[in-house]
Amino acid sequence: MTVSTVDADARSGGGRLLLTLLLPIIFVNVIAFIAPVANLVAMSFREATATGSMKEGMDLATWSSLVGDAYYWSMLWRTIWIGALITLVTLVLSYPLALFVSRAEKAKALLIVLCISPLLISAVVRTYGWMVILGDQGFLPALLRSFNVTPPRLINSQLGVVIGMTEILMPYMILSLLSGFGKLDTTLEQAAETLGAGPLTVFRRIVLPLSMPGVLLGCLLCFVLAVSSFITPKMLGGGRVALLATEIYDQAIVTLNWPVAACLSVLILIVFGTALLFYGQLSKIVE
Amino acid sequence: MPKISRGFHALCIASIMTFLLAPVILVFPISFSADAYVAWPPSAWSTRWYVALLHNEEMVTAFRNSLIIAACVTAITLIVAMPAAVALTRWNFLGRDALTSLFTAPLLLPSIVLGLAILVIFAGYGLVGSWPGVIIGHLVITLPYALRVLITGLSTMPAFVEDAAGTLGADPWRVFRRITLPLMTPALVASAALAFIVSFDEVVISLFIAGTQLKLLPVSLYHYVESWTDPLVAAVSALLVLGTLGIVLIVERAIGFGKAVSK
Repeated sequence: MTVSTVDADARSGGGRLLLTLLLPIIFVNVIAFIAPVANLVAMSFREATATGSMKEGMDLATWSSLVGDAYYWSMLWRTIWIGALITLVTLVLSYPLALFVSRAEKAKALLIVLCISPLLISAVVRTYGWMVILGDQGFLPALLRSFNVTPPRLINSQLGVVIGMTEILMPYMILSLLSGFGKLDTTLEQAAETLGAGPLTVFRRIVLPLSMPGVLLGCLLCFVLAVSSFITPKMLGGGRVALLATEIYDQAIVTLNWPVAACLSVLILIVFGTALLFYGQLSKIVE
Repeated sequence: MPKISRGFHALCIASIMTFLLAPVILVFPISFSADAYVAWPPSAWSTRWYVALLHNEEMVTAFRNSLIIAACVTAITLIVAMPAAVALTRWNFLGRDALTSLFTAPLLLPSIVLGLAILVIFAGYGLVGSWPGVIIGHLVITLPYALRVLITGLSTMPAFVEDAAGTLGADPWRVFRRITLPLMTPALVASAALAFIVSFDEVVISLFIAGTQLKLLPVSLYHYVESWTDPLVAAVSALLVLGTLGIVLIVERAIGFGKAVSK
């Protein structure tokens, strides 16, 4: 950064001005981010009594009751594998679309806006759209019945959650993939084709390896969002698909057991951390 | 590429695009259904659910509250993020990068965890269900977006213009007001739009801290869908999609949305 007047000013005692400029944002982050998160982690070491109040002192009682409960283990695995499945389906659907958009000559900007703008629409509205499509009287069952096909259970099921989440997360995946495709040089593909490689070989040997960083980033993003999302599984799962995030809400708002909700929150953060570690290792291999 | 495989390719792309946009598009025909419940195809068409919406006191109040909250959050976001962005781009100090990462960190945290964390601490101060409580809760997630856009805007802006004005005798405040601020307008418009949409659409954090007293539109919609199956929510959804489209067009006019995201 070039030295500007403000820079020069900063050295001659502008430290107070700098602090003034940063103070509001520090204030907001301390009272609504740092303190609450620290407090939440501390809360996971407390224990709730039957009346809903909190016992004095901190111990591992809540943690050990969770670890000993098979219900939470199965929920953790379900959360992870549904998250992984959603990530995979999202990748498979987003890849060809992102490739097409990045190569489009006409109306590229419009195509990007179309792919990304669903992000700007509330998850409640988009999930409601899926209820309209997948519901028992919805669009898709009606379509299937007109072909004399008995529709499977699309709503209040894991299938519904996977379909809805895939669509919700596609814009994130497309964005990540587009950033990866930006580095792709089409002359490499042309060279390979001239040398006699078929389209499949070109894809497998050139396009796919070069786009791997974008793929990994998109998968990380989708996985962590799938694991932590709550609205869509709640609305499309209809209470039948118990995941970590939906359980956190139930414990915090319905059962009012904050220590358990806090433990599950820390658990989600651990899943996040593990996903990040995996991402770091895989990125190294790719490069 | 051979013709058949090309046609197949185009068909695949079109189907995926349809899948991506289907839920947003289908709320429009359903919102004009005359039926008492969501069913496809509607037995008849009408605008009864739009009329019902106007007479639904909870939705109207929630819509008004959400607009007010989003407007307040947007204004405060700009007032807080703008000086921070200037400080983080125009000053060189120890721990600058660490601070920048800290300020964008709330975006990395799952909103369900953030919502719960804020609920637990705000409950102790009676901030749950209060206007200041909700505004602060929203600020935590609008600030990182605004900060990122503003920092990008400021660091791509040539600093020599500011230097020139300084050399010609303008004091720092004058430089900021006459040079920096006008050049920042596109970034300011973009971050304002983003902050407004993020706050207006935020549902998870609001679900935790708005409580039952303060009605907000996404929360009311969520609760409505939980207990009712009529197309009222489709009417609200259709209006929200149109509103979002309007904001996107404004931003497109101001800076070019496609350009902003493709970079």
